[in-house]
Amino acid sequence: MSIILDISQIDMEFKTPSGTFTALKGVDLKISKGEFVSLIGHSGCGKSTVLNIVAGLYQATRGGVILNGREIHEPGPERAVVFQNHSLLPWLTAYENVELAARQVFRKTKSNAEIREWVEHNLRLVHMDHAMNKLPSEISGGMKQRVGIARALAMQPEILLMDEPFGALDALTRAHMQDSLMEIQNELKNTVIMITHDVDEAVLLSDRIVMMTNGPSATIGEILDIELERPRDRLALASMPEYAALRAQVLRFLYEKQRKVEHIATVTAKKRGLLKKAV
Amino acid sequence: MATLLSFNNPLQAYPKLSARMSSVLINIVQMVAVPFVGIVVFLFLWSVTANNITTSLGKFPGPDAVWEQMGNLYTEYKDEKVKAVEFYQRQDERNAERLTTEPDYEVKIRAYTGKATFPGQIVTSLITVLSGFFAAVILAIPLGIAIGLNKTLNNAVNPIIQIFKPVSPLAWLPLVTMVVSAVYTEENPAIAKSFLNSMITVTLCCLWPMVINTAVGVASLSEDLRNVSRVLRLSPLAHVRKIVIPASIPMIFTGMRLSLGIAWMVLIAAEMLAQNPGLGKFVWDEFQNGSSDSLSRIMVAVLTIGLIGFLLDRCMLQIQRMVSWDKASASR
Repeated sequence: MSIILDISQIDMEFKTPSGTFTALKGVDLKISKGEFVSLIGHSGCGKSTVLNIVAGLYQATRGGVILNGREIHEPGPERAVVFQNHSLLPWLTAYENVELAARQVFRKTKSNAEIREWVEHNLRLVHMDHAMNKLPSEISGGMKQRVGIARALAMQPEILLMDEPFGALDALTRAHMQDSLMEIQNELKNTVIMITHDVDEAVLLSDRIVMMTNGPSATIGEILDIELERPRDRLALASMPEYAALRAQVLRFLYEKQRKVEHIATVTAKKRGLLKKAV
Repeated sequence: MATLLSFNNPLQAYPKLSARMSSVLINIVQMVAVPFVGIVVFLFLWSVTANNITTSLGKFPGPDAVWEQMGNLYTEYKDEKVKAVEFYQRQDERNAERLTTEPDYEVKIRAYTGKATFPGQIVTSLITVLSGFFAAVILAIPLGIAIGLNKTLNNAVNPIIQIFKPVSPLAWLPLVTMVVSAVYTEENPAIAKSFLNSMITVTLCCLWPMVINTAVGVASLSEDLRNVSRVLRLSPLAHVRKIVIPASIPMIFTGMRLSLGIAWMVLIAAEMLAQNPGLGKFVWDEFQNGSSDSLSRIMVAVLTIGLIGFLLDRCMLQIQRMVSWDKASASR
């Protein structure tokens, strides 16, 4: 398989009032076309930073990201992002939110009728065609995230970046959304990088799980190949010993090797630091 | 009140229905009866107090005197209208007559110049306040957007705004008057100078709340929406048009409502001083006139000013409800 994305030895440093903070150190990852990669790690380990660098929202201090042989310097629709909190424009309906993205990408290559068809197609894909004329405030959290996914898909990205897409949803809705995502993935075979906290979600959806060490100077700890056959079924997997073994490996990495020892005192100190920044 | 109403209620046999009925009754009491009682108490206190205040122009007007003057002002308006109609009729007749004797006579139509009526003053005031307000909208919203988008510009302009914001219109007015008479020197001005004076004063005073609110609305655009715009690679213009302006509409409207309220208050003072026809001038003229009816007539103007201010605010609220996506901010 051909390499589509090359994250090449990136470091990320943030300037803070108390000196330089090294968030990432030597993150190196190659992703093939059509691959589904999950980034997993404790909160604060820099998963989102990696994703934001790939999206072009941040610039790496050292190293770079190469997509299809070209280095990334700024955000663009070929790297569509599904944001954690959906980030739909609240004054536009579901249809209009997707249309804004589709029009931006295809205004020169598609006619109005084609764009309309394309927007509706993407909303059908995420099963939101019945509510396409509703405003975000009129639909549930899961539905908003579906529209967010449809918006990203409508950009026809070369790589789809998902930042904890189901993190804010309840467990049942999340399971439902994961099934939907697998179904879409089965059809479109997109290249996806997804950030998650959820071990089951990572094993269920991914071809590879990239496990990150704790920050500061976080980097890739281990990479686990998930060679479970597709299409996957969560019920069948639940009783499968391979599945349990893979799951155990991720858990062992997170809770033995990278056990997060965070004393309450440091947590409050950190929060105080954040508060100061906010003031 | 609720217990009083449900006492001996014949619907007690149907508890659900009875509960609903009494909740409807409570609503009626709260929405209609309580405000009504408030107004009656106010009128009573007003007339008692007014009876005990004696001025050089006689007793301070109570509700009855004001009501009477309201009627008088309306009759004067009607009379004036009749006079105007008669004037134009006479003019037409004269012109027709003259045309029969000299066929190549060029017909001149002169406008009726009767004295200003109370409804006429209201209309003038509304025109002045709305022109001043819209001039401010045209200046303030683009400026506010620019300041909200650009931190450097904000730092540059903010101290100036903060200093001008608390300045009273009465301080501006002499300066505006002098500048207008120096700059606007036409023989037959299409727009009266006094109108320009009060309009510009209104504009100057309602500029600041709009600029500040628009800038705050634009600057508080969420990071997520900004990222959406960046990922979509919207051009700067499309970013402003499709993301920034819709996102800050609720704040822009808050600023506009504040400004319109200020504009209306400022206008009355400006009209008094600038001698621009309108409600402010009406009040001033009545004060100078000093007849025994003057105080009641001023009181009519006071109530009218309050009512129109209230209606203007309601109108803005309605427009905000129609335009804004954020229904919560429009309910305040």
